[in-house]
Amino acid sequence: MIRTPAACARRWPSRVALIAALSIGYVASARADGADITLDQLMTELKARPHRHDRFTERFTTAVLDRPLEASGELRYDAPDHLEKRTLTPRAERLALEGRALTIERRQRTYHTTLDEYPQLAPYIESIRATLAGDRAALEGLFKLKYTSKGEAWTLALSPLAANLAAEVARIHIEGVGADVHDVAIDRANGDRSAMTLTGAVAP
Amino acid sequence: MTLRRLAPLVLWLVLLGAGVLVVMNARFTADLSAFLPAHPTPAQKVLVDQLKDGITSRLVLVAIGNGDAAARARASTALADRLRASGLFVSVSNGTGATSAVDREFVFRNRYLLSDQVVPARFTAAGLAQAISESIDSLASPTGFLANDLLPTDPTGETLAALDQLLPRSGPRTEQGVFTSRDGREALLVATTRAAGSDSDGQERAIDLIRTQFTAVTTEAHALVLAMTGPGVFASRARATIIHEAVRLSSLSALLVVVLLTLVYRSFTSVVLGLVPVATGALAGTAAVALGFGVVHGVTLGFGVTLIGESVDYSIYLLVQARGAVSATATEAWVGRMWPTVRLGLLTSLCGFASLLPSGFPGLAQLGLYSMAGLVGAALVTRFVLPVLLPTNWVARPVVPFGNGVARVLARAERLRPILWLVPVVVGAILFVHRGQVWNRDLAALSPVPVADQELDGRLRSSLGAPDTRNLIIITAPTAEAALEAAEAAGRRLEPLIAAGELAGYETPARYLPSLALQRERRAALPESARLRENLKSAVASLPIQASRLEPFIAAVETARAAPLLDRTSLRGTSLEAGIDALLSERAGSATAFLPLTAPAAGPHPLAIDAPRVRTALGAAPAGTAVLVVDLKQESDALYASYLTEAIGLSTLGFVAILVLILLSTRSARRTARVVAPLLLAVLVVVAGLIACGRSLTILHLIGLLLIVAVGSNYALFFDRRDASIDPAERATTLGSLVIANSATVLGFGILAFSTVPVLSALGSTVAPGALAALVFSALMAEPVRPS
Repeated sequence: MIRTPAACARRWPSRVALIAALSIGYVASARADGADITLDQLMTELKARPHRHDRFTERFTTAVLDRPLEASGELRYDAPDHLEKRTLTPRAERLALEGRALTIERRQRTYHTTLDEYPQLAPYIESIRATLAGDRAALEGLFKLKYTSKGEAWTLALSPLAANLAAEVARIHIEGVGADVHDVAIDRANGDRSAMTLTGAVAP
Repeated sequence: MTLRRLAPLVLWLVLLGAGVLVVMNARFTADLSAFLPAHPTPAQKVLVDQLKDGITSRLVLVAIGNGDAAARARASTALADRLRASGLFVSVSNGTGATSAVDREFVFRNRYLLSDQVVPARFTAAGLAQAISESIDSLASPTGFLANDLLPTDPTGETLAALDQLLPRSGPRTEQGVFTSRDGREALLVATTRAAGSDSDGQERAIDLIRTQFTAVTTEAHALVLAMTGPGVFASRARATIIHEAVRLSSLSALLVVVLLTLVYRSFTSVVLGLVPVATGALAGTAAVALGFGVVHGVTLGFGVTLIGESVDYSIYLLVQARGAVSATATEAWVGRMWPTVRLGLLTSLCGFASLLPSGFPGLAQLGLYSMAGLVGAALVTRFVLPVLLPTNWVARPVVPFGNGVARVLARAERLRPILWLVPVVVGAILFVHRGQVWNRDLAALSPVPVADQELDGRLRSSLGAPDTRNLIIITAPTAEAALEAAEAAGRRLEPLIAAGELAGYETPARYLPSLALQRERRAALPESARLRENLKSAVASLPIQASRLEPFIAAVETARAAPLLDRTSLRGTSLEAGIDALLSERAGSATAFLPLTAPAAGPHPLAIDAPRVRTALGAAPAGTAVLVVDLKQESDALYASYLTEAIGLSTLGFVAILVLILLSTRSARRTARVVAPLLLAVLVVVAGLIACGRSLTILHLIGLLLIVAVGSNYALFFDRRDASIDPAERATTLGSLVIANSATVLGFGILAFSTVPVLSALGSTVAPGALAALVFSALMAEPVRPS
């Protein structure tokens, strides 16, 4: 690993803190004792939210480029296994996963394929989907988990178990507060980094 | 026996032996060749080649059903591997490795020759800035980071552009890594056979291999089932069905005829001898076709069955009508009194079938020749060989009482005669009401492919997104290079149609192998290192990337500027080779490029292509090349319609010839009318009946109508015998023999009406009722006769 992720020690963006504060009523009632949320409790809370549709911004850093790239779009999840990432800027692209079936739309073309055909995509996608699904078993099937929490705030650090995937992805950091997922940061083995921040629900 | 009597027997045996030899060495086929023109126009020739050997004729679509998705995927992968290894297939795709590492490597290496974005403007400072900025933008997309590693060597994104060009615009769905049907219940494979579509044996080998290998890979307890469609599969199945049905039905009709003859003759010898002309006729017909055409079509073979019903008539006439204590004198008397009538009947039939010989439809010409040879064989054997074979003490079983019974029924039925005038009126009314749908001009009506199979084929095809096999642009040029250049020009003119929603897309060989001219043009578009470096420097000025990072790009372009151009051999080992093999065929002095068109799913005319519009868009063909826009379905329907029109014309001529023949032999317009009117009436009644039952007539019904005239003319001519020397007993015998002969015909053809092969059922449902009607009308319209 070329670069050490600074995500662990990241300061809370103020809007996240606000969202966290707003959702505290629900969360607080769940754990009146004020203890730190456990991984199993987190999974149960995540599982209790079967539909999500959020806006995201993403920052892509690579050694090839002088400065990071910014992208934005929408992330949608429907239980049990539908995940869709729709990038709107700077270039439209849609990636949808349904079970193992993968659909990619870009440059006015649609490609149908499977996760089996692009195994290198699995860590990028399954990390998010399994987390949103609250599927601990699926996460542990693919990654070594490192979980920390403080009150309702939590961090999941995932490192791929399979050697071929570890050669591709060094580490994935997912952070959130209760059932709200806020950040997904992926560090590639070659030093590239993609940091996605969920910025709020899309109005239905 | 005298030598003179023995001579015909020896001659017959010799010819029989020769016939068996010819038939044993004959080639049988059930492909489309029977339906393709014998002397095609240049435009038709292209169509014929396409149907016989084109890409579409070599496709086998395979579906693996039942079991679970994982088992299906395993079977699909194992089957595909074994088929690829067999060498019988040009390509086998099942979704695994849709773009294999070999392909990706090939495309990456030759990206500057393959990508259609390679033009001089792309390598100017502005062009580079635009292209690189797009590549950088797409890095941020979900799959873009995968292209990240390519950025330093290919910052303008030519590899991805070239790969995109190769992928189908909407590929099949995949599940568990293999192609799946839309409903996800079947794993799918597409195989292209090495054998041409017209090579029915080669097709059958390939299909058998799929079946055996499928069984071999599914030994596990998964109860997977295999389904196959495609032109080759259909042809081989049709061949099997036609042969199977021909054997089954001919055995059944033969059995029924034998039962009938046993009831009539009550003599084993008579029954066996009665079948000798039938067998001889079938052999003569098949041998004549084998000699005349070199190949016997399944349709003709199936038709052989039908002739049993007619050729048995001749022996029935002899064996029932020949009366006398000693067989020699009895048959001699029969030859003297009856043979002229039978001979005239035979000549009448020959006139009818001879009219088919000049048909441009080989299937029809074969049927004509088969019938003529078969009938002549059966009649001559009856006339010359049967009398020799009959035992000297043979005596015909008298049918006089039966004949008298028939005569009494006829006498009573004569009161019905005025009603006959109503028949043309009713028939005319029916024909008038249905006047638009008398003839079926759709070639599919003749297709031996069951509707269920056709539906399965359509479903698999749409699931696979297989190219629309109906609409094609066909470019013929003196060289492959000229054909590719013309294909590229056509492609440029098709793009606006795609933009306008007239077309969904098109395939072209130039996608897999650009013409040398275009490759040269692309290579010339690449600037030399110094200029590229300079352009690059100003291009990246406003981009978040350093020019120094793109040195590998400059080196790659420099290499590409000197790299050799691609030809067919360069594609070897990649899946691009299959693409070019399917779409570009080369023969001595000529090359043909095929551009299958895909109809739009929506828009001004969904699922249809406006061929004239495409023709207009293409404009004039480049000098020396011919560009054809073909709608295969429309072309083949037009071809069939022309056969039908031709056959109707020829049959009409045949009918006129029959009229002239009977007029010459009877020398009486009145008698000619009495002979012809019942036949005409029978034909009309059958046509009206079929149409009233919702059938429309195909070319095979027309043949059936000719057969009605052929069979019925014998009846009418017997009724026409007005010789004063005919005694009542002879008249009764004749009547009895006609009813027996007619029963044999109706039985023989009636069985065919139940066949699943359209050709056979059309003949059966036409001739069986027609023969009966011809007998009834002939009897009713004959001069009244009182029984003794």
